[in-house]
Amino acid sequence: MNKMRMLFSKKGRAVYISHLDLMHTMQRAISRAGFSLKYSEGYNPHPQISIALPLSVGMSSICEIMDLRLNEEVSFDDFRKRLNAVLPEGIHIEDVYTSEEKSSGIKWLRVKGEYEYDSRDVSVVLPQLEDFFERDSITVQKKSKRGITDADIRPMIREIGFSCDSDGLVIMEAVISASEPTLNPELITAALRTLNPGIAPDFAAYERIEIYRPDMTVFR
Amino acid sequence: MDKRLKRILPKVQKPSRYTGGEYNQIIKDKSSVDLRVAFCFPDTYEIGMSNLGMSILYQTMNSLDFVWCERVFAPWGDMYAEMKEAGIPLYALESGDDVKEFDVLAFSIGYEMAYTTVLDMLDMSGIPLRSENRDDLLPVVVAGGSACVNAEPMAPFIDMFLIGEGEEMDNEVLCLLHTAKLEGWGKKQFLTEAAKIQGVYVPSLYDVEYNGDGTVRTYTPHEGVPQKVLKRIVEDLDSSPYPVNPIVPSTEVVHDRVSLELFRGCVRGCRFCQAGYIYRPIRSKKPDTLIRQGIEAVQNTGHEEISLLSLSTSDYRPLSYICDGLLDYCESRSVGLALPSLRADNFSVEIMEKIQKVRKSGLTFAVEGGSQRLRDAINKNVTEEDVLNTCALAFSGGWNTVKLYYMLGLPTETDDDIVGIAEMSEKILHCWRVNAKNKNRGVRITVSTSCFIPKPHSPFQWEAQISQEEYLRRVNLLRSSIKAKNVVYNWHDAETSVIEAALSRGDRRMADVIEEVFRSGGRLDAWTDYFRYERWNEAFRKCGLDRDFYASRERNVSEVLPWDVIDVGVRKSLLIREKERAYRSELSPDCRRNCSACGAAALLKGSKCDE
Repeated sequence: MNKMRMLFSKKGRAVYISHLDLMHTMQRAISRAGFSLKYSEGYNPHPQISIALPLSVGMSSICEIMDLRLNEEVSFDDFRKRLNAVLPEGIHIEDVYTSEEKSSGIKWLRVKGEYEYDSRDVSVVLPQLEDFFERDSITVQKKSKRGITDADIRPMIREIGFSCDSDGLVIMEAVISASEPTLNPELITAALRTLNPGIAPDFAAYERIEIYRPDMTVFR
Repeated sequence: MDKRLKRILPKVQKPSRYTGGEYNQIIKDKSSVDLRVAFCFPDTYEIGMSNLGMSILYQTMNSLDFVWCERVFAPWGDMYAEMKEAGIPLYALESGDDVKEFDVLAFSIGYEMAYTTVLDMLDMSGIPLRSENRDDLLPVVVAGGSACVNAEPMAPFIDMFLIGEGEEMDNEVLCLLHTAKLEGWGKKQFLTEAAKIQGVYVPSLYDVEYNGDGTVRTYTPHEGVPQKVLKRIVEDLDSSPYPVNPIVPSTEVVHDRVSLELFRGCVRGCRFCQAGYIYRPIRSKKPDTLIRQGIEAVQNTGHEEISLLSLSTSDYRPLSYICDGLLDYCESRSVGLALPSLRADNFSVEIMEKIQKVRKSGLTFAVEGGSQRLRDAINKNVTEEDVLNTCALAFSGGWNTVKLYYMLGLPTETDDDIVGIAEMSEKILHCWRVNAKNKNRGVRITVSTSCFIPKPHSPFQWEAQISQEEYLRRVNLLRSSIKAKNVVYNWHDAETSVIEAALSRGDRRMADVIEEVFRSGGRLDAWTDYFRYERWNEAFRKCGLDRDFYASRERNVSEVLPWDVIDVGVRKSLLIREKERAYRSELSPDCRRNCSACGAAALLKGSKCDE
């Protein structure tokens, strides 16, 4: 097959590679692995490679989807092994397969957040965090192309829960809307900061855990 | 990764330039190496990662198994502020370890405006700026790169300079340091021993005396140290290390491509050009070596472009052959070939047509001077006829943008020469009207001027730089002479040029000015975003030094120059002769037509210059 989908993870130092740079990094890696990407026909040919949901800089993920087409027929297993051998630190191809399902069918996203509190007792903060998300609407300011607009992010959060880990970090886990509308998890921290700064973490790092179809089955 | 770093990275622009982790980076086990080298580039990641010299020496130093060499760059302003606020010292990209823990800080200084950034990087590492304030053997602070052919302005900060090409010299120094570290030598003992290696300049082993008028009287070397430091070269480029596995940045850098170096040195002898003198003698790589290395590097990096580098690419004899050889491989794989530094001749157009089948970029000519008389005076072997013929060919071949570079303030320049720049642009415009295939697309001729900076070790090293006021007068003269609306004129500001002129011919006392600028907030001065002219002028005043004494004073050829302690292999008598010829507007033939016996060939032991 020459048309394929890749499931990959982006962790560690690689989380700072931007979406655009990641596309370029992948193209170069594919070329290093000895494969050649198919280019579109037309006046301004571009390589046939696309990433389903662009990931914000600083966020890690174990469920990224990339679709691509090669000029040659390859074995998926061989492709995955050779590509993994030439990727920069932190990027790893988990699976290569074929799928006809359009990536626009990703509706929900499971995210995990690590909340760091420098000078607050986590056991006090925890119930307050849970209370906060009991409300019916959470309105935050969102930067869009048209400028700053108000958005209610509560309907974009399907489920959310908090726990404490052994390092004293608060672990947030949520299922949020991945498309139409898209909720950037950073907005959850932003909401805390504006609406209840007392329980806002001093630092939050997010990770994508899983992607789902509208019916909450896992998307592949 | 450092927790504090994790918190600030999401806040800064392009954070991946501060993390390391790129493909082909070299990771070693730090407990199994004896020497850790922080290879410091005093500019941003994007500039440093584009530097071929750095890429070569990174691999060369890491080829020693007792050494782990890592990269360090200067953070941009936003990251700098965040690091300061969070109390994060400067760290190396590969390991993330503090630079302060390293045994060697090796700076690559390619241009004078990077001086303040060197101090900034020492300071961000928590290392005292001045050599005299660092008593221990480690860390050793070394510097190399083309700006070090006049090492004096930075002499008080640097323990030792490595003059010339580093491929062999750097590792000799590291081997000596290895012994010194294991045997517990003192700093003085190590530096005295290192000064015996050809190319090593230890400024603390030379005493300088000045005359009453501020000029240098004498340089006195300590016992056992050479009177002059002879630059080091690599004799055989084919067998010298070339990185076919260079690091592939995960973010965009300035030169995001494979760089192949065709040859070192230049046969042309343009009198304003420092590079044309300090990189002699001419040594070429064999075409088959280049083709092999180019293909291997593309395979190992996935880069989409190969750039052929040299000071004058048209002078590489088998140019056509290697273009064909590389294109054989590249064309089917959509890998492009780029050839900067082509001369304005017909051959260049043929080559350009060969390599630019898909996309036609613009033509660029470094004409430098506006009249034939002036071009003869600077020994720039480009005639108006050359330029017009090349343009005619290019216009008829479909090109429609031309860029022309000139310098204002070259020795002997008159107003007629400046008006000549405008006249030449008119002629090129006319040439387009006559030759253009498709006039509907229009034409764009861009004229750029910069202010000439006299550089050490060139025939113009004794010349005065024109004042800023005079430069602006000449800019205005040219502006009013250019009438055609298809000709766009850009001129560079003279402020940086004045400071660069003062720094490039400075002596050791200049170090006070550099430190003062740094102390008052100067860093990344090569960037107009950060350069502050007034800060430099204020520093000169505070330190009691006269900027114009360095920038715009004509030197007598008998004067002892601060950089006379460095011997780049070219005889001073040749530079004097070239200077005199310039004043008679007399050309000197290029090295291939008539060897000028400049002396650089003596650096070669088993081969001949330009073999």
